[in-house]
Amino acid sequence: MKKVYASAGEALDGVLRDGMTIAAGGFGLCGIPELLIAAIRDAGTRDLTVASNNAGVDDFGLGLLLQSRQIRKMISSYVGENAEFMRQYLSGELELEFNPQGTLAERMRAGGSGIPGFYTKTGVGTVIAEGKEVKSFDGQDYILERAIVADLSIVKAWKADDTGNLVFRKTARNFNPPAAMCGRICVAEVEEIVPRGSLDPDMIHLPGIYVHRIVQGPHEKRIEQRTTRKKEAA
Amino acid sequence: MAGWDRNQMAARAAEELQDGWYVNLGIGIPTLVANYVGDKDITLQSENGMLGMGPFPYEGEEDPDLINAGKQTITELSRTSYFDSATSFGMIRGGKIAAAILGAMEVAENGDLANWMIPGKLVKGMGGAMDLVAGVGRVIVVMDHTNKAGESKVLRECTLPLTGKGVVDRIITNLGVLDVVPGGLRIVETAQGVTEDELRNATQATIV
Repeated sequence: MKKVYASAGEALDGVLRDGMTIAAGGFGLCGIPELLIAAIRDAGTRDLTVASNNAGVDDFGLGLLLQSRQIRKMISSYVGENAEFMRQYLSGELELEFNPQGTLAERMRAGGSGIPGFYTKTGVGTVIAEGKEVKSFDGQDYILERAIVADLSIVKAWKADDTGNLVFRKTARNFNPPAAMCGRICVAEVEEIVPRGSLDPDMIHLPGIYVHRIVQGPHEKRIEQRTTRKKEAA
Repeated sequence: MAGWDRNQMAARAAEELQDGWYVNLGIGIPTLVANYVGDKDITLQSENGMLGMGPFPYEGEEDPDLINAGKQTITELSRTSYFDSATSFGMIRGGKIAAAILGAMEVAENGDLANWMIPGKLVKGMGGAMDLVAGVGRVIVVMDHTNKAGESKVLRECTLPLTGKGVVDRIITNLGVLDVVPGGLRIVETAQGVTEDELRNATQATIV
């Protein structure tokens, strides 16, 4: 089965519909599926629920879909870098479900692993626990968190082969594997599609079984906070 | 009343770390703790998926694929490993990280911690803080003892939404070091030039 598509728009053809739930990889602007996000903006799909750790910045990443009002609800752990997000949220135009970061990652991992929910002590005794089942194990309280199964996953990897085996680079891996796992359909954008057999099978980060469609970059890969140090004088 | 500055607080916090520990440092003063670990073998975790976090890169060597949890460009070390977010929080939730050092808006005498939200004002999100305080071996808060209005941040009860309930083990402020113990807080030490009375007067929480 052919998984490689010529453009992000073609890779999303036939899988987008209004009101769908999308899981997106990335942390801040690192490892985000920037091409697929832009293609969803161009497709104009509306009323989206998006599970993503962050919401991009105003003019890049998921911020693009906020600007165009295509997102109805975000499931995120931290949205501090996006002024437009804040404005829409405070004015009631956008729904927001805060998830602790580890809970969000595990909800995705569980969703892709056939586990409908899990107990965690994260958030016990906080607003996060409101309305959730509390269960005690060995004298410690845990809350029940439900898995996320998304209609569509969009992720970014470094390299892929044509069967969808993925390799990520450094901290750009972040939410991409769990986000990929939890989607009924997963579309991956990569910097390079390499010939079958050229990736070491022992070094595959995400097996191609989770990846249905692939498209190759180029990527902008924007840096959010450039921090450096000076070279000490010799 | 003199007390510690930011760097002295960070240096004091670094004394808490033991050789061989895997540690997560929060944003702000906790980040400075890395400058004071000395000869101890400490591995820093960045919860976006990295163990063995190195210093900031030299100018021109920034890599958009290599950032810390504060989204800053960083570098790797010879010991570095990378992993996904679910694995990262697995090691946090699983108690593999020995300690987290993080900032706070409020801490209460029962160990309650508030550091993620001011209703109606600050709505940024908790990030990984709730997972960290629930999962790591030891939670050490480093913060100013009072807010800009001069009011104590070390309280009988937190007024802001909690990050975690009964999670804080030790508090290091510009005025001294306090431990959460049954019945309230116990003074471990006072900062340079600060008397025990001055520390008590700046603290709303019960001191036992």
